[in-house]
Amino acid sequence: MRGWSAVFYREILILKTKIFRQLASMSVMPLLYIVAFGYGLGNEMTVNGVPYLAFLIPGLAAMSSMIQGFNIASEINITRFYWRVFEEFQVAPIRSIAYVTGEVLFGVTRAAMGVGIITGLAWLFGIRLSYNFFFWLAMVMNAFLFASLAVSLAMLVRSHADQALLVNFVITPMGFLGGTFFPVEKMPHWVQILLEYLPITHAAKAMRAAALGNQPDPESYVVLGIMGVMFFVLAVICVSQAKD
Amino acid sequence: MASREPKLAVELRNLTKRYRKVQALKRISLQVQEGELFAYLGPNGSGKTTTIRILVGLTKATSGDAFLNGYHVERDSIHAKRQCGYVPQSLNLDHELTVEQNLDIHGRLFNMSRRKRKNRIAYLLHYIGLADRARSPVKELSGGMRRRVMIARALLHEPRILFLDEPTVGLDPAIRRKIWALIKRIQMDGTTIFLTTHYIEEAEFLADRVAFLSQGELITIGQPQDLMDSLGKWALDTVENEQMKTFYFRSQEEARQHASVHPGPFSIRRVNLEDVFISLTGRKVA
Repeated sequence: MRGWSAVFYREILILKTKIFRQLASMSVMPLLYIVAFGYGLGNEMTVNGVPYLAFLIPGLAAMSSMIQGFNIASEINITRFYWRVFEEFQVAPIRSIAYVTGEVLFGVTRAAMGVGIITGLAWLFGIRLSYNFFFWLAMVMNAFLFASLAVSLAMLVRSHADQALLVNFVITPMGFLGGTFFPVEKMPHWVQILLEYLPITHAAKAMRAAALGNQPDPESYVVLGIMGVMFFVLAVICVSQAKD
Repeated sequence: MASREPKLAVELRNLTKRYRKVQALKRISLQVQEGELFAYLGPNGSGKTTTIRILVGLTKATSGDAFLNGYHVERDSIHAKRQCGYVPQSLNLDHELTVEQNLDIHGRLFNMSRRKRKNRIAYLLHYIGLADRARSPVKELSGGMRRRVMIARALLHEPRILFLDEPTVGLDPAIRRKIWALIKRIQMDGTTIFLTTHYIEEAEFLADRVAFLSQGELITIGQPQDLMDSLGKWALDTVENEQMKTFYFRSQEEARQHASVHPGPFSIRRVNLEDVFISLTGRKVA
């Protein structure tokens, strides 16, 4: 496992060089959703007896942890195809698992920053929720899972354009369909069955339950855990195979 | 008293690499002794970079074996990687980070202690003449400076073998000579150097031995002077029917005599490694 901290440290150093840009960019999306969907649509609206904004914030946090965790794929892509720094990791005497661990932990760190911004914005808008251990546990598991998926896919794609396609066809639909903006229970039964297979559905459910002071369903954590391990193993395999 | 047996730093045994329909390397076998400066010479696409990429663990060989200081590059890759430093052809530094930060990350990847990293970085920046640029972001450095930083990075963990892939490509002649002086100094400090180049004068000036590679095949290996002497000392370039022809002679006098009976323009010069390559392959190096 030697070397993971070097990979993580490098990412943190690079993040530091553009920290204000990153924080601003992480704030824009949730701010727009809170204003547009929260105030524009749902100031008076309730979902299952919960004010819509209180319903929305945990969903946005789940979506943000997914997007920020997955976004490391773009950074890896740039490192690999543009700056070619990825070769520096390949020639170093470290194992693939160390590289993946460093990158995934960075993905989780980014996700924590994104979710931190959302909880801060929610507080500013007067929305008080319970950000307890189970909320953050689901956030970390969700970010871990999507960061692992990001590393795998970054090794498989061959260009930046392919990367954009993945975001358009995988991440964006998941963000909208996985219970972020509306309760999955309102969807037709067959759609609900399909959505149960999406990790974001489980992350949103668990984070929302925890934030609203309810007991989250343990099944959500089990699903996130199993999928997280699967994607992490896949990432290690993909990095090991990433040779000419 | 028995003399010390020279050790093998690099060994290739029937190394082959195939990319779909292209045979990039055809059963290459060679050995590089410890402390040697070995140049791999050939035109673009001849397989030079592929060989180095296999040796440093970036490319998988289709068949055959490669060893660094006795460690198999695939079966014992972690140990093999510890033996070598690698300077790729393309600049691969983090441009937003400082020179010091780029080197520090490398040291961490090689599990060097904080104190050792600090000392080595200070020493190497002085060694490459960039001590005053330690805190400069890489994006503010010239091409020659970046290349020197890459060399320093590759030397940070004190490798016994240094791989340089076209170390002076794209640099102006004055900077190129500075890099040559640095490479010579690194060899004199005891590091084995394996470099690829398509600059004839680079191989002639630097190398103890050269290997010619053409279309994935190893054509010949030898000391530059021996290879050149096998043709002669002097070359006479002539033009006949709009075709350039070169003749080789033991002495300048013989070349002059031949030129005097030859109609048309001519020039007499010393034989170089390019002549050897052309005589063996019928093709130019660059």
